[in-house]
Amino acid sequence: MAGLREPVQRLGHSMTERILRLGFASRFFAYMLLHSGTAFRRFHLTIREIYFAGVLSLIIILVSGMFVGMVLALQGYETLQRYGSSEALGILVALSLVRELGPVVAGLLFASRAGSAITAEIGLMKATEQIAAMEMMAVDPIARVVAPRFWAGVISMPLLAALFSAMGIFGGYLVGVQLIGVDEGAFWSQMQASVDVRNDILNGVIKSVVFGVAVTWIAVFEGYDAQPTAEGVSSATTRTVVTSSLAILALDFVLTALMFTGGTK
Amino acid sequence: MNRATIDIWVGAFVAAGLAGLLFLALKVGNMASFSLDKTYDVQAKFANIGGLKPRAAIKSAGVVVGRVSNIQFDNDSYQAIVTFTLDSRYKFPKDTSAKILTSGLLGEQYVGLEAGGDQKLLAGGDSVRLTQSAVVLENLISQFLFNKAAEDKEAKDKK
Repeated sequence: MAGLREPVQRLGHSMTERILRLGFASRFFAYMLLHSGTAFRRFHLTIREIYFAGVLSLIIILVSGMFVGMVLALQGYETLQRYGSSEALGILVALSLVRELGPVVAGLLFASRAGSAITAEIGLMKATEQIAAMEMMAVDPIARVVAPRFWAGVISMPLLAALFSAMGIFGGYLVGVQLIGVDEGAFWSQMQASVDVRNDILNGVIKSVVFGVAVTWIAVFEGYDAQPTAEGVSSATTRTVVTSSLAILALDFVLTALMFTGGTK
Repeated sequence: MNRATIDIWVGAFVAAGLAGLLFLALKVGNMASFSLDKTYDVQAKFANIGGLKPRAAIKSAGVVVGRVSNIQFDNDSYQAIVTFTLDSRYKFPKDTSAKILTSGLLGEQYVGLEAGGDQKLLAGGDSVRLTQSAVVLENLISQFLFNKAAEDKEAKDKK
C-alpha cells in the first residue's frame, strides 16, 4: 500500500501542475488581449515584429510551397492518369493546398521558424532580467513585448498560408502543365469549376487565422513562462515547437470535421 | 535596421500576401471565371437532369459556349428548368437541341447543344424545345434487368 502511494501522488501532482499551467496560460491570454491597445496604438512595434515573424519566414514558406505543389502534381498525376482523368490534376492540387496543406504546412513551418524565435527571444529577455527591468520602470512587459509579437503572428500567418497555397498551385502548374503536359485550359478551368471561394478558400483562411492564434499564443506563453536559465529557454523553445505542431494538427482535424463534412452547403 | 526599411519590407510582405489571396480567389476560385462580356439567357426543360449543377459547361461541338446559370423545378410540368447563359458571340438556330452528357465514363455532366437547321436564331428569353435527359445509370440497369427477366420468362413459356 505504501509502495503504491508515491506513484499515485506523483501522478496527481503532475496533473495539478498541468491544469494550473493551462489556467495560467488562459489568464495570460485574456490579459494579453485586454492589454493589446499598445500594440495597435504604437503600431510600429507590431510592424517590427511582422518583419521578424512574417517577412523573414517568406523564403522558407515560398520554397516549401513550391515544392509541395510540384510533388503533389507529380504524385497526383501518377494516380489520376490510371483512371484517365489527368485533367482533374488542377482540382487535386488546388483543393489539397487551399483546404489542408496550405494552412497546416505553413503553420508547422511558421511554428518552427517564427514561434521558436519568439519563445527564445522572450525567454532570453526574462533570463537577462529585461522583463523585470521593464516592470521596475512601470512598463507593462505584456503590453510592450508580448502583445505586439502575438498580433504580428496573427496577422502574418494567413498571409503566409495564402502565399504558400498560391506558390504551391504555381508549382503544380509548372510540373503538371509545363513538364508533364496536362492540358492547360483543363487544368485551370476544372480547378476554377470546383474550388469555391467561400467553402474552400475562405475556410482555408479561417484555418490559418486559428493556427496563427494558437501558434503565437503558445510561443509567447512558453517564452514568458520559461525558467530564466539557458537550459530553461532551450527547453521552452523545444516545447513551443512540439506543442504548437500538435495543436495545429489537432485543431486542423477539428476544423476540417466542422467545415468540410455533413452537408455541402 | 531602421524603421523605414522595415516598413517597406512589411508593406511588400502584406501586399504580396494579399496578392496571393487575390490570386486564389480570382484565378483558382470561381469568382471571376468565365466572365462573359455579353451573354443571353435561354431556358430548357428536362425530364431529368441527373447530376447537372449550376456553373456546368455548355458545349457545342466540344467548345464551351456558356454556363448553366440556374436550375429550378417547375411544379406545373414536374420538370427541371435549366437556364443557360450563352456567350452572345455564338448564335444558335431556333430548333437547336440540348442534351445532358457526361464527360468520360464517370466525369462531370455538361450540356451539349446541337444546332438545327432553322433560319431564325435563338434570342434571350427563348427556350430550347428539344431536350434529352441525363442518362441515369440505375434506370438503364433496371431496364436491362427487366428485359432480361422478360426474355427468360418468354423462353420458359415456349418450352
